[in-house]
Amino acid sequence: MQISTEELAKRARCHVARMVHRANASHIGGCFSLADILAVLYGGVLDFRPAEPAWSDRDWVILSKGHTAAVLYAVLAESHYFPVAELEQYGLDGSPLLTHVSHGVPGVDFSTGSLGHGLPVACGKALAARRSGRTWRTFALLSDGELDEGSNWEAILFAGHHRLGRLTAVIDNNKIQSFGAVSEVLDLHPLADKFRAFRWDVTEVDGHDHGELRVALGGRRPADAPPLAVIAHTVKGKGVDFMEHQLKYHYSAPRSAEDLQEVLRQLAGAG
Amino acid sequence: MRTAFIEQLVVEARRNPRIFLVVGDLGYSVVEPFAAEFPERFLNAGVAEQNMTGLAAGLASEGHHVFTYSIGNFATMRCLEQIRNDICYHRYPVTVVAVGAGMSYGNQGSSHHCVQDIGCLRGLPHMTILSPADAIAAKACVRWLSDNPSPSYLRIGKTGEAIVHGADPTLGGPCKIVDHDGNTAIVGTGPILAEAVAAAEQLIQAGRAVDVWAMTRLSPAAAIDLGALRRYSRIITLEEHVAAGGLGEMIRSQFGAHDDLRSLCLPESLEAVCGSQAVLRQRAGVDAGAIARAVTGGRAFEASVGDGGA
Repeated sequence: MQISTEELAKRARCHVARMVHRANASHIGGCFSLADILAVLYGGVLDFRPAEPAWSDRDWVILSKGHTAAVLYAVLAESHYFPVAELEQYGLDGSPLLTHVSHGVPGVDFSTGSLGHGLPVACGKALAARRSGRTWRTFALLSDGELDEGSNWEAILFAGHHRLGRLTAVIDNNKIQSFGAVSEVLDLHPLADKFRAFRWDVTEVDGHDHGELRVALGGRRPADAPPLAVIAHTVKGKGVDFMEHQLKYHYSAPRSAEDLQEVLRQLAGAG
Repeated sequence: MRTAFIEQLVVEARRNPRIFLVVGDLGYSVVEPFAAEFPERFLNAGVAEQNMTGLAAGLASEGHHVFTYSIGNFATMRCLEQIRNDICYHRYPVTVVAVGAGMSYGNQGSSHHCVQDIGCLRGLPHMTILSPADAIAAKACVRWLSDNPSPSYLRIGKTGEAIVHGADPTLGGPCKIVDHDGNTAIVGTGPILAEAVAAAEQLIQAGRAVDVWAMTRLSPAAAIDLGALRRYSRIITLEEHVAAGGLGEMIRSQFGAHDDLRSLCLPESLEAVCGSQAVLRQRAGVDAGAIARAVTGGRAFEASVGDGGA
């Protein structure tokens, strides 16, 4: 039975909490800010076949913020790419579930981890599709802090110039990067205007509002339209009161069993 | 050599629909024949090598065998992490083509001198490195690459390189290009082999026989058989590249113990002096005269190695 995207997001966050707790891993905050975006994509926007991961007409997702692999793995497992029980191996010795996203995992097409790599590759995918007359879409999921990398701006210039209409960049705009607030480290403001100046279409949404996300991500755009930037305003650590907006949860996991139970209790009450 | 590259790429592209050429806003008066015949398989990505290399990975993921093309360091070091992560890790068929091997760009300065590239790329996983000496070898490399799409690096000269091969070189090990039945072998890679051929001619005139071997493939090590060199009592490696990570190191590590194995290579320092490629080779001690001195031994050789003197 198809679950709602809200339920998918809730399950994904609960999986992530257990995964990072077990592995004592980092980046739970960025996983929680991204969870709703992934839930809407995999819960109704994307064309894909879990039983046939290499299906040639699938839509492509490149998770450029590869440090939030846990939430993508959780959504892929819930989308039946592999058994949910395998999530327990996340980050553990000998597991293919690397803590930076890995194409060794069913449903993952491209490995990242070093920031600023995903969007150029997505440009190549989108260009290949257009030149061959294919209709699938390419989604690149970026963090806001990641936009410090110059390679992104090379790709943003390229995609705007070539009008890669089937390319969508989703910015998980949680306003916190590795060592502080984006506004204090390297301010991106005015971000939407920057994309527009590079000849992209831009839409800004509440990155936790599934209705807004569905509208922003779900459209079929002409192949030669401008590329689309969806700036999703999100909250780092979304769903757990002591994690929200906290830089600490770029690094920390809920370490104790009590902390984990509190996280799961709060998530269970959400949505 | 760059013209030979593009001529052969056009030939291959006629029979191989996967071939796609992406240039980094370079290739004026070189790549136009390809662009004219295959506009749907040609792209100028602009002066943006990181994006060029990443999008090459994206194109390759859709079945293309992509050749990226730029000047030496721009195609390699500027985007080294994209080559490592996006291409090699995913085993995508992308061939990075660097024009201007060694000091081909002469007086344009060290920004354009491609002299650390082999060392940067040799350690990357699944990477094939091809370093042809002349137009004949460059064409053979392009044919081989078309038939063997994989993460790869093609290091070519610029223009006017002397022909040193009489036939297509083998890629499985060294290829003899001067056979004087000597006991000394000069083993080199790239266009600088013309200096070795000239040195061998000088030496034979003086009654000293040396053989010259071309190493066209430099990686992966497992694909290279150096057995043909074992009979030589003296081996001198030659490259227009620094010692670190280059041909000399590679042969040493594969060859094991040898009583008389010397290397002629470039000093690590980047010179701020104008010079043609010929002059810069002479200053670095890798020209024909320095090679001849290395064969005959003596102080001139000792002074010329690795210190940029002469």
